[in-house]
Amino acid sequence: MSAFLALLRRDLRLAFAQGGSVGLVIGFFVIAATLFPLASGPERAELARVAPAVIWIGALLATLLSLDRLFQADLEDGSLDLLLVGGTPSSVVVLAKCLAHWLSTGLPLVLVSPLLGLLLGLDPVGIVMLVKTLLLGTPTLSLIGAVGAGLTVGVRRAGILIAVLILPLYVPVLIFGAGAVDLAALGLDTGPSLALLGAVLLVSLPVGTLGAAAALRLAVL
Amino acid sequence: MLATTGLGIIRGERAVFTDIDLAVEPGEAVVLRGPNGAGKSTLLRILAGLLSPTVGRVTWDGAAIADDREAHGRRLRYAGHGDALKLALTAFDNLAFWARFEGTPVEAVDDALDRLGLGALGMLPAGVMSAGQKRRLGLARLALAPRPLWLLDEPTVSLDAASVDLLAGMIWDHRAAGGMVVVATHDGLSLPNARTFVLEKAA
Repeated sequence: MSAFLALLRRDLRLAFAQGGSVGLVIGFFVIAATLFPLASGPERAELARVAPAVIWIGALLATLLSLDRLFQADLEDGSLDLLLVGGTPSSVVVLAKCLAHWLSTGLPLVLVSPLLGLLLGLDPVGIVMLVKTLLLGTPTLSLIGAVGAGLTVGVRRAGILIAVLILPLYVPVLIFGAGAVDLAALGLDTGPSLALLGAVLLVSLPVGTLGAAAALRLAVL
Repeated sequence: MLATTGLGIIRGERAVFTDIDLAVEPGEAVVLRGPNGAGKSTLLRILAGLLSPTVGRVTWDGAAIADDREAHGRRLRYAGHGDALKLALTAFDNLAFWARFEGTPVEAVDDALDRLGLGALGMLPAGVMSAGQKRRLGLARLALAPRPLWLLDEPTVSLDAASVDLLAGMIWDHRAAGGMVVVATHDGLSLPNARTFVLEKAA
């Protein structure tokens, strides 16, 4: 447990330190989402209709952007060897890193999303649902992404490879996440979509941690 | 006691080494020597449990380390080519992280820094340190809390003569307390009564 907390604390400090990734990820998210109305025209009703999709895809790409450093930085400076050989189970190491990744990318994205929702003309009901779905969906993005980051650790230009490996696996989260916001806007029942988002999260928790741990052992050991 | 029997490993369709039988007793130091590519680093990684041998096995007091890698991890200190430092963190915070990660008291950090002559640099970010200072900071992990087995891969790289002596002194104290050391080195780390183990380059 102390190892888990120590690693979580260190990764959060590094993420928020100068040269950390938090500001970049949020900046990318905001810019990507605001570029959309510039391309599609400022028709308000039209924008509100596609807003959930735009924001969800923005969140997805922003998460992806930060994934290639998840284990790569630790591999390069030799920390990864010591993390894996330090007497702590590798799945605990992965879980701490995933939680730190979510707290430093997923959660900030959730916090900024209402602003983008407003910007794209989403109504209050839609914004509340957007925050709910992102809160349930972004941890899944970190966990599934960790498997891709683990498999590509040590590979040059891993970022594009991770995208190709991982984006197809993000499809369920995208469908249920953006879908629930659409349903809420139409006044329909969003319960099943949220339940499925939660189910995907629960499945990805063991699959992501154990999968990434196995991938790291393959890469390093 | 650490022992290997019939150790061999194939990497990239090439046998790096075969039939390594090595035993390290408490208090003993083994210096690995051999030309580049002879497999010194590979052997150290196998001893650390970071790499699985193709044939043969590594045992600790008779039990294979592959059966319980985490227990093996808790009895060794591995210092590889990287210094395992985060450049944005101070020297103190770097060491304090490893202390917390291992579950050893953070109070040991100041002593460990002093031990390597870094006592005055504790609040300096690792990023502004020289290569030799970074290496010393990496080696300061050895002084955090006693662990019986030290595995050191070229620990003297970029160290000045005084620091090499410092390291030799630490290794001596470690052995006097019953610790074991396996070190791969090319140059002047002189360890009294150390056994030399030569790795030949496989044909």
